[in-house]
Amino acid sequence: MTARSRIPFFAAIVLLIVAGISIATWRHIELGIPWLTGEQQPVWMVEARINFEANGEPVLASLNIPEQSPGFRILSEQAASPGYGFSVVDKSGSRRAEWSKRNVLGEQTLYFKAQFIPDPNANRDRPRRAPKPIAIFWEEPQATAVREILQQAEERSSTPESMTRELIRLMQPEDDQAQNTTLLVAGTNYLDLLVRMLNHAGIPARTADGLKLEDARRRQALTPYLQIYNNEEWLTFDPRTAEQGLPENILLWRQGAESLLDVVGGDGSNVSFSILRQTIPALQLAAMQSEKNGLGFLSLYQLPIEEQSMFRMLLLLPLGALMVAFMRIVIGIRTSGTFMPVLIAVAFVQTTLVPGLIAFTSVVAIGLLMRGYLSSLNLLLVSRISALIILVIFITAGLSIAGYHMGFNTGMTVTFFPMVIIAWTIERMSILWEEEGAHEVLVQGAGSLFVAVCAFLVMDAPLSRHLTFNFPELHFVVLGLILLMGQYTGYKLSELRRFTPMKVYD
Amino acid sequence: MDWISPRALTRLGMLNMNRRNVDYISRYNERTSYPMVDNKLKTKLVVAEYGVKTPKLLQVVRQQHEIPHFRDMAEDLTGFAIKPAKGSGGKGITVITGRDEDEFVKASGMRVPAAFLERHLSNILAGLYSLAGTPDVAIVESLVQSVPGLAKYSFQGVPDIRIIIFQGYPVMAMLRLATKASDGKANLHQGAVGVGLDIGTGQSLNSVQFNRPITLHPDTGLALENINIADWEEMLTMASRCYEATGLGYMGVDLVVDANEGPLLLELNARPGLAIQMANGRGLLPRLNAIENLKKHHFTPEARARYAMEIFASRR
Repeated sequence: MTARSRIPFFAAIVLLIVAGISIATWRHIELGIPWLTGEQQPVWMVEARINFEANGEPVLASLNIPEQSPGFRILSEQAASPGYGFSVVDKSGSRRAEWSKRNVLGEQTLYFKAQFIPDPNANRDRPRRAPKPIAIFWEEPQATAVREILQQAEERSSTPESMTRELIRLMQPEDDQAQNTTLLVAGTNYLDLLVRMLNHAGIPARTADGLKLEDARRRQALTPYLQIYNNEEWLTFDPRTAEQGLPENILLWRQGAESLLDVVGGDGSNVSFSILRQTIPALQLAAMQSEKNGLGFLSLYQLPIEEQSMFRMLLLLPLGALMVAFMRIVIGIRTSGTFMPVLIAVAFVQTTLVPGLIAFTSVVAIGLLMRGYLSSLNLLLVSRISALIILVIFITAGLSIAGYHMGFNTGMTVTFFPMVIIAWTIERMSILWEEEGAHEVLVQGAGSLFVAVCAFLVMDAPLSRHLTFNFPELHFVVLGLILLMGQYTGYKLSELRRFTPMKVYD
Repeated sequence: MDWISPRALTRLGMLNMNRRNVDYISRYNERTSYPMVDNKLKTKLVVAEYGVKTPKLLQVVRQQHEIPHFRDMAEDLTGFAIKPAKGSGGKGITVITGRDEDEFVKASGMRVPAAFLERHLSNILAGLYSLAGTPDVAIVESLVQSVPGLAKYSFQGVPDIRIIIFQGYPVMAMLRLATKASDGKANLHQGAVGVGLDIGTGQSLNSVQFNRPITLHPDTGLALENINIADWEEMLTMASRCYEATGLGYMGVDLVVDANEGPLLLELNARPGLAIQMANGRGLLPRLNAIENLKKHHFTPEARARYAMEIFASRR
């Protein structure tokens, strides 16, 4: 490669590494896949319990359920109600859970459960079509009172938000306008009154019901809230304090829809809520989310479990390859067979380290002894290797049986080693022994095992297992690093030792 | 543990393994030319066209059934060498130096029957010594009679001269002497002695064994500082000529000096080792850079050899 053609090469490597890291970061943010293992995320489990007295007719119970609650995402929904038909229907912009049954009599209880994940950025309510204020007609003497109060509020405000705040303040009984307020509030629902007044002032307004999320609460009721439209999005106000915005622990169960609960064919219906705070592993959460999210197709969670576990293993291999590349190119450790250490390390992952090391060295040692006899037979290469493969299988079978009878289950783990690779290792070691002597066999054998153990330690770390499987795009980074090492022309660590005698000429 | 700092190595211009592979071998050596140097038979045929002499080819054994012919041919020979065409690092080479009635005498003095050599030939054909275990052919060459002036330094074996040729210019050279430790072979990593040679004159410089400087041959006990190679310029020219023959930009040329025939080419190496730098006590990089920075290359091997002798001569 000339100096000129290196620029695109390094640009490509930088691109690879940046792409890998940024895709991973993006998926971390979008899907919430955690960087570390064992991360937990809080989830609110809310259970709505509906009670009513059925009076022997066909029953249709319809409960408003959240669709897009600001600050929360819905993880799962489920209804429990024996004998009832259940469906979730979308009706004029609001979602309703509907239970139905013919011929019901007596006390009835229906349950609806949903899990919510707090997410500050979720579902800011921005309607595509701007809502219009509803025309309101007032009768005297309210009409005059409303006009006066609205006029005062308008004088003290500039925007729909400030107008709302001022109006709420004016409506408080301790205000100077006690006379007008008392007149209006008397006999009507305070919140409905606010909504009507705001609509009258040309600000689209509606009510909403919020649920205060606190761990282990039962029989909770919904708290009403006021929502106005500021020509951009729906804003929530506390109608009592005029405080704008929704507290973090308030889940809006109903927004905009007409009613919370309708029961046809029953009397005395009511709904109450129980709340439980759960934690689930962030990873599980991400896996569940990925099914719904458009980015999910990039992840491996949707494969059948069997393929998933295969990929768990496969995706560890690049780390082993990276390790081998580093050890050979930068450190300069001699191994027998370039990637034999990686395959041995993969086997170690299944056998665990110490039993794996014992099993491997004993198989190779016994194999070397037998190979000594084979070499005296003067066989052709192919049949010698073939014979060796069969011998290796005999050895592993023998070790397994012997180990089992002696009560070591670890003996059985030898079967995880790739037989053909072991046979080639033995062949190569044996030739090395004949040609270069036992010393070289020890050097290369120890080098291979050392690299295998290093690769194993990297591949077996929980963090690398987690990252390789959940962020497969990080392999771009591994690829980039390997390519980069392919261009490393500096001294290997071992060469600093090898060339030591050159000191005298310096 | 004793270490040298990377900075010191850079100062010395030591070429390292990674750099050799990336910047020299893969840049200057065409993959297609490799078979030409990895197969001694092909090498022999190719360089012959460029006037480079090699040991006389007596017989080529290509098939198992041709092995019996070997016995007929060897009938009235006293000395010869059997080599695998694709062998590397001197593996599988058997040198016969004489006869004792029906038996052959190996270089080590061991007597072996003809059947032993036939089995050896059979092993070579099966690929026992070839690079990737692929089937091979065996070549039988006449024995090199080393010039006595050089032969006395070597313990058994024939001393050979390794010259690194970069883009046709000889850049560094060393004499390799077999030792007891190297078992008569001239490979440095097996324990042969490497003696650096001055490109300008063919005079010996430093000597190393197992990467450590020495002054006397460990077995023959001879001082290694005043070796002088005869016909030095001719040898450099001959080595340079191999560049035209193979087109390999970075290679090692192994030569021997025969008492009767003069310099002969033993083999070519597309991946020459780095130990030659230690035998010379200097790094290759400054010399390689000097050649790379040449504005105008010399066209004939003679001119290149002469130019190299001029600029790479050591000034003591």
